[in-house]
Amino acid sequence: MPAWARGANVTDGLVREGFDEVSGSSINLTVGQGPRSVQGRSGHAIAVNGSVPGPLVRLKEGTTARLTVHNTLDTDTSIHWHGLLVPFQMDGVPGVSFPGIPAGGKFTAEFPVRQAGTYWWHSHAGLQEQAGHYGPIVIDPAGSDPVQADREYVLLLSEFSPLSPHTIFEKLKKGEGYFNYQQTSWTDNYPLTAKQRREWAKMRMMPTDILDVTGSTYTYLANGHGPEEGLEFAFRPKERIRLRIINGSAMTFFNVRIPGLPMTVVAADGQNVRPVETDEFQIGVAETYDVLIEPGPAQAYTIVAEAMDRSGMALATLAAQPGARAAVPALRDPPLLTMADMGMGTMGMSDGKSQDKSMNDGMAMGGMEHGSMAHSSGEAAKPTARMDMGHMSMRDTSKLPATVKVSPGLGMVAMHPVDRMGDPGIGLADLAHRVLDYKQLAAFEPNKDLRVPSRLLEIHLTGSMDRYMWSFDGRKFSAVSDDPIRFANNERVRVKLVNDTMMAHPIHLHGHFFELVNGEQAARQPRKHTVVVQPGGIAEFDLTANEPGDWAFHCHLLYHMHAGMFQIVSVAAPREDAA
Amino acid sequence: MRRLLSFSTAAVAIAFASPALAQDQHMHGMTMPMPAPSPSATSKPKAKSRPKPKALAPATARRVATPSHHTARPKSSPSAAARQNPSADQQTIPKMTGMEHSQMKHHGAADEAAAKMPDMDHSAMGHMQRMGNHAEAPTEPTPPPPEAGTGPARAADSIWGAEAMRASREQLRSENGGQTFAKVLIDRLEYKAHEGKDGYAWEGQAWYGGDIDKLVVRSEGEGTFGGKAERAEVQALWGHAIGPWFDLQAGARHDFVGPTRTYAVVGVQGLAPYQFETSAQAFLSTKGELTARIEGELDQRITQRLILQPRAELNLAAQDIPELGIGAGLDRAEVGLRLRYEFAREFAPYVGIAQEWKVGGSADYAHARGDSASTTSLVIGLRAWF
Repeated sequence: MPAWARGANVTDGLVREGFDEVSGSSINLTVGQGPRSVQGRSGHAIAVNGSVPGPLVRLKEGTTARLTVHNTLDTDTSIHWHGLLVPFQMDGVPGVSFPGIPAGGKFTAEFPVRQAGTYWWHSHAGLQEQAGHYGPIVIDPAGSDPVQADREYVLLLSEFSPLSPHTIFEKLKKGEGYFNYQQTSWTDNYPLTAKQRREWAKMRMMPTDILDVTGSTYTYLANGHGPEEGLEFAFRPKERIRLRIINGSAMTFFNVRIPGLPMTVVAADGQNVRPVETDEFQIGVAETYDVLIEPGPAQAYTIVAEAMDRSGMALATLAAQPGARAAVPALRDPPLLTMADMGMGTMGMSDGKSQDKSMNDGMAMGGMEHGSMAHSSGEAAKPTARMDMGHMSMRDTSKLPATVKVSPGLGMVAMHPVDRMGDPGIGLADLAHRVLDYKQLAAFEPNKDLRVPSRLLEIHLTGSMDRYMWSFDGRKFSAVSDDPIRFANNERVRVKLVNDTMMAHPIHLHGHFFELVNGEQAARQPRKHTVVVQPGGIAEFDLTANEPGDWAFHCHLLYHMHAGMFQIVSVAAPREDAA
Repeated sequence: MRRLLSFSTAAVAIAFASPALAQDQHMHGMTMPMPAPSPSATSKPKAKSRPKPKALAPATARRVATPSHHTARPKSSPSAAARQNPSADQQTIPKMTGMEHSQMKHHGAADEAAAKMPDMDHSAMGHMQRMGNHAEAPTEPTPPPPEAGTGPARAADSIWGAEAMRASREQLRSENGGQTFAKVLIDRLEYKAHEGKDGYAWEGQAWYGGDIDKLVVRSEGEGTFGGKAERAEVQALWGHAIGPWFDLQAGARHDFVGPTRTYAVVGVQGLAPYQFETSAQAFLSTKGELTARIEGELDQRITQRLILQPRAELNLAAQDIPELGIGAGLDRAEVGLRLRYEFAREFAPYVGIAQEWKVGGSADYAHARGDSASTTSLVIGLRAWF
């Protein structure tokens, strides 16, 4: 096994950067706290086993995991095993699966390991995750691994802020656009006409609203290391390396690429997929991707994880010799939201790639009136796609099903939402090189439950940017905490997520894998635990609700969840005797 | 887009020749892809290799699936035999057909890349075509079956006890959307240089509450250095969100300077189209006088930190109020242009120019007092919040 880059353990008492590995039949994890410094910026960290990220938990499929969490904090804590199939009472969500781990207390999670792959763990108590309470999980398969590599590394992406997470949340609540220093201005370089700027202002929305919390406070981390702290992965030329990439951040989507090296994606959310080669992919919060790379003769390659809004990046270097470095590409220009992100449909998009191109012309809300805009597609034939900004409603609540509550927390209704499975993510639609999207994913091992879903459950992702309210179906969790989403045992349901906001939401269901409805045959629909629903778009997944108990279901943007975008999914117990 | 590296394909193929079935342990309890009796999912039993949690109370044992090596639970359903998951025999079936196929496929599939849906899949799909057809999935939302159950999610109560769960449940509820916040905003705190004695002015508000309902305190006033404050008022309001952008506000206002007055207040405050911060309030005094105030300001970013803010305010009166020097109609108008620099979002000093006019009857009252009806000021001040 590789030596895990640990780095800067220079001062006693400081929380270490990087992580150790823990494995075996009984694993102890101790939650503590301490001061932390990243590139000269200081803050307070919650650390597990003394480091951020916490230790790599290495498990073996087919064994029984026994993980004891010791809480030395003066508040409750918890650990959720993200992506693991566990009995619900071991899932680590206070208030849903168990009472939490009190200050000074401990909790032992014991469960059979029923899967293999790359996952992660994090606190589900308060906002501790942002402060450092997270770490990777790697589960080795019981048999041989279909993915063979000479070396493997975990690359866990996250953020550091000197601000406390509670402060960050307060700023979001009180100061709209607080962290966004890439807003439109008189002196910006955005390709927007004056008319487009007026149209955005008229809607009371910002085309630069890409990420809520940005590099203005975050230092982006690779395995706990800031970009200037030189995280290195050693390699020998021609070796095949498996990178297990985990987005363990609280609020940041990353665009991951290795200039000069193609990547072959072999697993998504821990589940093997048919190998697909790409040059870049966007990883939503809480997703994981495993990629194989084969470095060439160069001495070094830079692994770039650029924040989706391009306000910063996390860096690591593949180095053939210690200290070898490759060029670090400059941050690319910040992207802008598009018509599709406003729920205006795809407007002439024939595939994911061309989408933003038409958007950028067409952002052109003015252009829309001229009808120049990409009304070339089938969409144009539909009356709903005939758009005239002058008469366009960004909040036509008559389009909502009765299940959605119209409230001040609902700032937008996607006018013409379309499936955006083929969308590579904000800002990646117009690149010269290959970019991954969900339509390229196909399950490697065939799915088992191929029943046609017997019902459709439609859930709207709703929010008000101005008030920083986020919810499902217009109701914050605080309003529906006793009204869970219910499934019959082993029920096969198609869940349709409609994003009535202009932000991308990574929606995570605990305790299950669902299968993305991405155009693949049922047997090959990729299994995931987290799906990114693009702004103004639709994402569907098929779920076999076969893990009885109560499970958290939420947006994995930490502050969206905290603002109310959270629900409980309750899966009925199997019936002992059918009538 | 689907080009593959040969090495990865080879690696995958080779590795899968071994019992890589175990890649997904979940499969041991998996449902065989055989024709299901019907898409109706009611009470399909599901056996999983999962031991009973120790803490499980007997009364709730049914919540957790029986380990798959146990004998199948008694089932009285006549359709039990047709169920797709013969749980008891699961592990004695050497390999499920679909799996064998897929293994074989990967085994020899150096050309897997070439075919997105290789032959074996089709043959595998052969005995599951009734299920694999997505066209049959409902496209309109349908209600959950009765088997989904009703009521709050309380599964954990049966494991840990309702009492143990109560506090964390309440905390979860309040921490996911139920929080309250407080904010103090000093919108303008400024020194006004103009003809005669220089003056000062302030305007700000504080609120406390949740997303929908807030207690709001607003205050504004102005005066001349060395003289008496000209105006000083405080409003205590209840704010209620009436849409994504606007709050309805209602409450009371008290003027502390001059002939004191107390008013009932009703108004709206929020963000209007084109990003105008606006406030419109109507005041009814205890003496029956009706007045109103409309304010609007617009932040124009020159850079990310340098912000030009035009601002306008109109004060209106329904009647003459000689005691207050107010004439019916448009009473007083203010416009201003302030240029601030946000050292931080919360701390932004500014300079600017402000112009105030007393209009109509109010101008006459001012002239009668020997005051000017029009004042131009250079202002320097601070916008801050916390």
